[in-house]
Amino acid sequence: MTTAAQRSSAIASPARRSGGGLLGAIYIVWWRDVLRYWRDRARVGASLAQPLLYLVIFGTGLASSLGGGFGASAGAAGISYIQFIYPGVISMSVLFTAIFGAMSIVWDREFGFMRELLVAPIDRSAIAIGKTLGGATQAMIQGLILLVLAPFVGVYLDPLVLLELVVLVFVLAFGLSALGVALASGMRSMQGFQMVMNFLMMPMFFLSGALFPLVGLPGWMTVLTRLDPASYGIDPIRRVLLGSSGIPVDRFALTLFDRTLAIPVEATIVIAFGLVMLAIAVRSFQRRD
Amino acid sequence: MGVIEVSGLVKRYGDLEAVHGIDLVVEPGEVFGFLGPNGAGKTTTISILCTLLRPTAGEARVAGIDVAHDPAAVRSRIGLVFQDPSLDDQLTARENLELHGRIYGVPGPLRRQRVDELLQVVELADRANSLVKTFSGGMKRRLEIARGVLHHPQVLFLDEPTLGLDPQTRKHIWDYLQELRRSEGVTLFMTTHYMDEAEFCDRIAIIDRGTIVALGTPAELKSRIGGDVITLTVADVPTAAKEIAERFGIAPLAANGTLRIEVPDGASFLPRLVRELPMRIDSVALSRPSLDDVFLKLTGHAIRSEGASDKDMLRNMGRMWRGGRR
Repeated sequence: MTTAAQRSSAIASPARRSGGGLLGAIYIVWWRDVLRYWRDRARVGASLAQPLLYLVIFGTGLASSLGGGFGASAGAAGISYIQFIYPGVISMSVLFTAIFGAMSIVWDREFGFMRELLVAPIDRSAIAIGKTLGGATQAMIQGLILLVLAPFVGVYLDPLVLLELVVLVFVLAFGLSALGVALASGMRSMQGFQMVMNFLMMPMFFLSGALFPLVGLPGWMTVLTRLDPASYGIDPIRRVLLGSSGIPVDRFALTLFDRTLAIPVEATIVIAFGLVMLAIAVRSFQRRD
Repeated sequence: MGVIEVSGLVKRYGDLEAVHGIDLVVEPGEVFGFLGPNGAGKTTTISILCTLLRPTAGEARVAGIDVAHDPAAVRSRIGLVFQDPSLDDQLTARENLELHGRIYGVPGPLRRQRVDELLQVVELADRANSLVKTFSGGMKRRLEIARGVLHHPQVLFLDEPTLGLDPQTRKHIWDYLQELRRSEGVTLFMTTHYMDEAEFCDRIAIIDRGTIVALGTPAELKSRIGGDVITLTVADVPTAAKEIAERFGIAPLAANGTLRIEVPDGASFLPRLVRELPMRIDSVALSRPSLDDVFLKLTGHAIRSEGASDKDMLRNMGRMWRGGRR
């Protein structure tokens, strides 16, 4: 008995410092999420089906009924509807992956691996931060994979643009993942999930400018689109992705109080939103019943 | 000093009092069983001891540390095996253990040695690099137990560790637990509603509706029933009960279509009963009192399964989601 007690106290003392403190714990939580994602490559493939449907069927269908109208007004160098929604579809993939990923926390906390983390001697904030970054990494990859379709919609990428896109897609993924984790951290049942789907995810998606330009809308809708954090994440992705290939996209750029927002400003808004959500998630995780 | 010391523990959810006033002391190295039906407060109590829930009133100390004041210090000194598997089934057995070692800050070389050693103990060394989703329920449970003791906790908490496993696998799990107690000197604190398993415990607390109704060794508890138990199966239970009450002045307990009769000396009473009872007897059994009998006597009802709770529904949903594999 004494030997066991001695051994356990010998290990218990470093254990309270918990493998490299807060950063170490965040890294462990993040690493586990990314490893899981990598293991589940079949799901990665299947999850590309929906964005492809939007791009190919919805895009082609709507483009046909719009006729040449969508791009024609731009003058000689036009923009097709499919080109317009391409960044929107990438963002949709990010949005859905981030929110769905975070919702898994609800189930995971009651019956899954999350409980192993909740009883571990690590700061609960590490769980919230690690989960947010893990979800953001997955969502970013899900979005960036769709860049392989670029040549088919007449978009050409150079390394510098690619780098810019990686940053911007991650910013959007971070903001949405933090939102998802904040929501999931306060939820106690899966019933809430349907609510999130109907009253948050779909409106966010429709109002974000993924499917139609956010210009010339009725006043009430303009307000709603500007309240949607996703709007500020999608717009810079579209401007960089399409703009770099000389597609005239600037007239669709997001405005706030009649001023076009600079890309760094938009990114800052999304990051700030993400940090607020993350703070809520951290507080929620630290609470015990 | 006990490794677990609980006094006046209360947990209230709004108006509902899930635990009202529990006192107990668990000695180091003991196998302590917490026995009771679903909804009796077992899981709530264990969750408080593991710092997952905060007590409403009262005090609980684990490894000498107050669970309300320094949860992180408690967490580093305990291991936990949950009712539902909490393994990551997209990772291998070894990765699950490695991850646990990292989270608990077990240093590198020691961690690897410890992982190998425990995989041997629970006989999963040959499956170390298989994904956990390919494991049977029993294998998962073994891996969880190995994980629970990896960081040399002083107490290993087990919430229904053999729930849903077949009898042979349950027996195996017990062998591993006994082995770990011997080799690690760890205290085991477990909840169960399998009466036969409670027999393996050094001491048992019987809990019903949030309070401890009895505490002692299995033998002590069984000695509370004076003598023997006769279990009788007849076609017409109520009439038989009335006849027995009238003829022998004993009040039999009816449960699950059988009658239980407590008598001081079963061997001499049994022939009399069979001779004098004016009805056909389908079967009759004479036994020493079991913990089932103790429970029935102390609480007035058999260990029961309650209707599905919200949590059960969520659990079933989750199983369906994951294609029903466990």
